[in-house]
Amino acid sequence: MSELLRRYGLMLTLAFMTLTALWLLVLVILPYIYLFEASFRLYLPIDDVGGPKDIYTIQNYITFFVTPIHRWVFGLTIFYSSVVTIISFIIAYPLAYYLSKVASGKMLPTLFLLLMIPMWVSEVLRSFSWFIILSLKGPLNYALLGMGLISEPIRWISGFQSVIIGLVYTYVLFMLFPLYNAIQSLDTNQIEAAQDLGSPWWRTHWRVILPHAKPGIASGSVMVFMLAAGSILVPSLLGSTTSRWFTEIIQQWMFESQDWNTGSAYAFLLLLLCTLFVSVVMRIFRVSLSDIAR
Amino acid sequence: MTSKNSTNWILHLYMVLFMAYLLLPLIIMGGAAFNNSRFPSIYPWVGFTDRWFIDLFNDGRLWNAFKNTILVAVAVVALAVPIGTTAAILVNSLTGRVRSVLYGFMVAPILTPGAVIGISTLLFWHKLSVPSGLHLSALGQASYISAFVMLLVLARLQSFDRGLEEAALDLGANYSQVLRRILLPHLYPAIGAGAAISFFQSIENFNTTLFTRGPYDTLTVYVFSRVRSGITPTINALALIMITVTMIIAITYEVLRRRAERRALERGMASE
Repeated sequence: MSELLRRYGLMLTLAFMTLTALWLLVLVILPYIYLFEASFRLYLPIDDVGGPKDIYTIQNYITFFVTPIHRWVFGLTIFYSSVVTIISFIIAYPLAYYLSKVASGKMLPTLFLLLMIPMWVSEVLRSFSWFIILSLKGPLNYALLGMGLISEPIRWISGFQSVIIGLVYTYVLFMLFPLYNAIQSLDTNQIEAAQDLGSPWWRTHWRVILPHAKPGIASGSVMVFMLAAGSILVPSLLGSTTSRWFTEIIQQWMFESQDWNTGSAYAFLLLLLCTLFVSVVMRIFRVSLSDIAR
Repeated sequence: MTSKNSTNWILHLYMVLFMAYLLLPLIIMGGAAFNNSRFPSIYPWVGFTDRWFIDLFNDGRLWNAFKNTILVAVAVVALAVPIGTTAAILVNSLTGRVRSVLYGFMVAPILTPGAVIGISTLLFWHKLSVPSGLHLSALGQASYISAFVMLLVLARLQSFDRGLEEAALDLGANYSQVLRRILLPHLYPAIGAGAAISFFQSIENFNTTLFTRGPYDTLTVYVFSRVRSGITPTINALALIMITVTMIIAITYEVLRRRAERRALERGMASE
């Protein structure tokens, strides 16, 4: 703090602190506190607000625990978000390795440019593109029929499979880039040393590259899991009647029932889940928050 | 050596497949914009048409949504860039426990689902009797987009030579001169990248906007409602335009970056 005062003087230091405080208090901390507070209040008709019925209660959370379908959807959201995270890791890892250790330096900027394009295309359009591909009369079914691999068009958009396909497509790059950054910082000599000492390729990956990539795995997993569990677009565009996502229930409370209090309790549960996931990943991979958020 | 080449061959193939996986859906979506069929698809190909683009152009709601999106994005850049920059300077001057706690609060919004940010922003301002609308969308988005700017500027600050500031102060510069002439010029690349990322992140945002927007449409919300309420290839036409604009910006950025790199290299050679 004295550092800042010495370099920029009192006025500027105060300005820095005011702006930062405005951000953290008004835009982050206070809204979270209000979310938490509202989740312990009841949804009342306007006349009863502030009256004797306006008390703090855990009723909204009880609603969650006594509604089996809500608990079930919450569990499914956790399960399928984990599946999406694992699939994203499996398909991103070879490419991250390729980009950091195999691809020629000349090719890299072009490859990254190609990778950046889907990144910048809005999520709603990326899910929409899979909506077209997977539809009953879509290109995928025509292609498979044309190749004679299937005799009947397949209903792809059913159950959770299309949601998983869409989520992996939308978020795999959030796994790829942290992995790339982590593997790239590994000294190539270490890989060569392992190979020279007779290590087969899989052991080199298992014992040398993967341990080094831990911060990247942690960062990518946290991002993909959080984005998947919190996704609204993909489950509602690519979901079917048999696949429901927890965010859809939050939306129901907020928009259809207009019950913002129960909605905020459910939103808080989602926040709790993501916080828990972050801390578990930090514990397992022994990384700090600054390794994850980069 | 032969085994290494064979694995490289597999990895090259994998890269090509991965790129196809990423880009083919976008190509299919863009191609369907020209197909004269009610349902957006590239197969069966009914015939070439530009009518989806004409429909799109005559869609008043879309233009309105477009205007709103740009408005919010500009507001988010105006909020997030100064906030993120000053927060980075502040956190960089701290050490120990205070630093890590403050840093934790700053990156927390990145790790929070957008729906949660949207709902908490809505509730907080509702409490203060501020109705929902685009202003809340901008505030909600700025709460986490500022963190991206902060991280970019903080990374750039690591390569800053503090001695320069000392020297300027010793030579009689005043405080605002130190900031304007010494520190900020060093940070400009990060600030510029931060502004670009803020702008695009804001345009892309759906989750936070959905809960805070009130009765107003943004592009993503509009596309979403169109996809749900009976799709026509006008959305593909819109998608194609958006992808093309994105690609032009991305390629321009890349060309400029390479040119700057080459110039820096030449300068480096000349000074040797």
